[in-house]
Amino acid sequence: MDIRLYMAQRLSAIIMIPLVFGHLGLMIYAIQGGLSASEILSRTQGSVFWFLFYGLFVIAVSVHGAIGLRTIMSELLRLNDGLLDAVMWGFGLVSIFMGARAVSAVTWL
Amino acid sequence: MANTKDTMTVKVWRGDNKGGAYQAFDVPRQDNQTVLDVVSWIQQNQDPNLSYRFACRVGMCGSCAMMVNGTPRWTCRTHVNKVLGANTLVVAPLRNLPRIKDLVTDMDPFFDKWIEAGGHHDPSASRYDAMPKIAPDDTQRAAANESIECINCAVCYAACDTVAHNQNYLGPAALQRAWTLYNDEKVNDTDAVLDAVSGKGGCHNCHSQGSCTLHCPNELNPMRAIAGLKAATLKHHLKGGR
Repeated sequence: MDIRLYMAQRLSAIIMIPLVFGHLGLMIYAIQGGLSASEILSRTQGSVFWFLFYGLFVIAVSVHGAIGLRTIMSELLRLNDGLLDAVMWGFGLVSIFMGARAVSAVTWL
Repeated sequence: MANTKDTMTVKVWRGDNKGGAYQAFDVPRQDNQTVLDVVSWIQQNQDPNLSYRFACRVGMCGSCAMMVNGTPRWTCRTHVNKVLGANTLVVAPLRNLPRIKDLVTDMDPFFDKWIEAGGHHDPSASRYDAMPKIAPDDTQRAAANESIECINCAVCYAACDTVAHNQNYLGPAALQRAWTLYNDEKVNDTDAVLDAVSGKGGCHNCHSQGSCTLHCPNELNPMRAIAGLKAATLKHHLKGGR
C-alpha cells in the first residue's frame, strides 16, 4: 500500500463515521415508530437528502472496502500488483453498481 | 548426559536456506546463564560445527539476536531462568530473514531496507559551517531520540507480522530510523525522507500490531515512530509531496 491508497482509505473512513451512526439511528427510529416498508419508501423516494446520504455512503464503503480487500489479498495470497489492482477495482466497481441500484430503488420516484 | 534438574534440553535449529531440523542437546544448568552462554557451551563442548553470531556479549552490538522459544530476543542479555519452559529451550535463527547456516541469518534485506528508507546521513551543512544549535528539551529533538538507542539487532523485524506477509515492507527499525532523520535538524532534505517511506513498502503498510514495541530489547517504540511518519507523510502529501 502506498500513500495514495492509504489516504483514500482513511478519508473514506472519516466520511463513513457520521454516515454509519446516521444509518443505525435511522434504522432504530424507523422500527420504533412501526413504519411499514411502503411508509418508509414514501418518505425516502424523491428525497434529495437521502439520495445524497446513501449515495455518499455507497461510494465511501466501496472505496474503503476495495482497498482493504487489496491489502488482505496482498498479505494472504501475495498476488502481484496487477492482479491486486484488478481485484480492488473489480470489487469496488461491483460494490458501487450494487449500492447505486439499491440507492436508486429507495430514493428515486 | 541425561536431562535432570542439573541439565536442560536445548533444541537448536540446524540447517541452511534449503531446510533443516532441530537437534537436541543436554546442557548443564547454572545459576546465572544467558541463552548465548548455552549456545556457546554447545559449540565449545558438543558440536564445533554449530554456527551462530555474537560479538560484544553486553547488549551493545545487536548481533546475537535469535528466536528463543518462538520469541525474538537478544540472547546475550536473556537469562535462561526467565525463558526456560518445561526445562526445555528452543533456539532458532531470526524469523523473516534468509537463513545462511544454523543460527546465522542473512541480514542483507534488513540493512538494504534501512538504506531504502532514507537511512543515511545527508548533511544540511558542511564542515565549514557553524553547527546548528539544538536545545535538548526541543520537541523535535525529543522525537529524534526514538531510534538513537537502536542497536540494529533486527528483533523488531523478526517480530513483525507485516514483514512476514509483505516482503516489500521496510520494517520497524528502518522506519524508526527514518523518523529520527526526519526530526534531525542536521538532515538536509527531510522531504526526501518522507518520500522514501511513502512508497509501496512504506510506513502505511503498518497495521499497528505493536510486536516491534513489545519485543524491542532496548524498550524503544517503533510503533510510535511509524505513527509519527504516517502523520508527517499525510501532511506532506496534502502539500503536494509524494
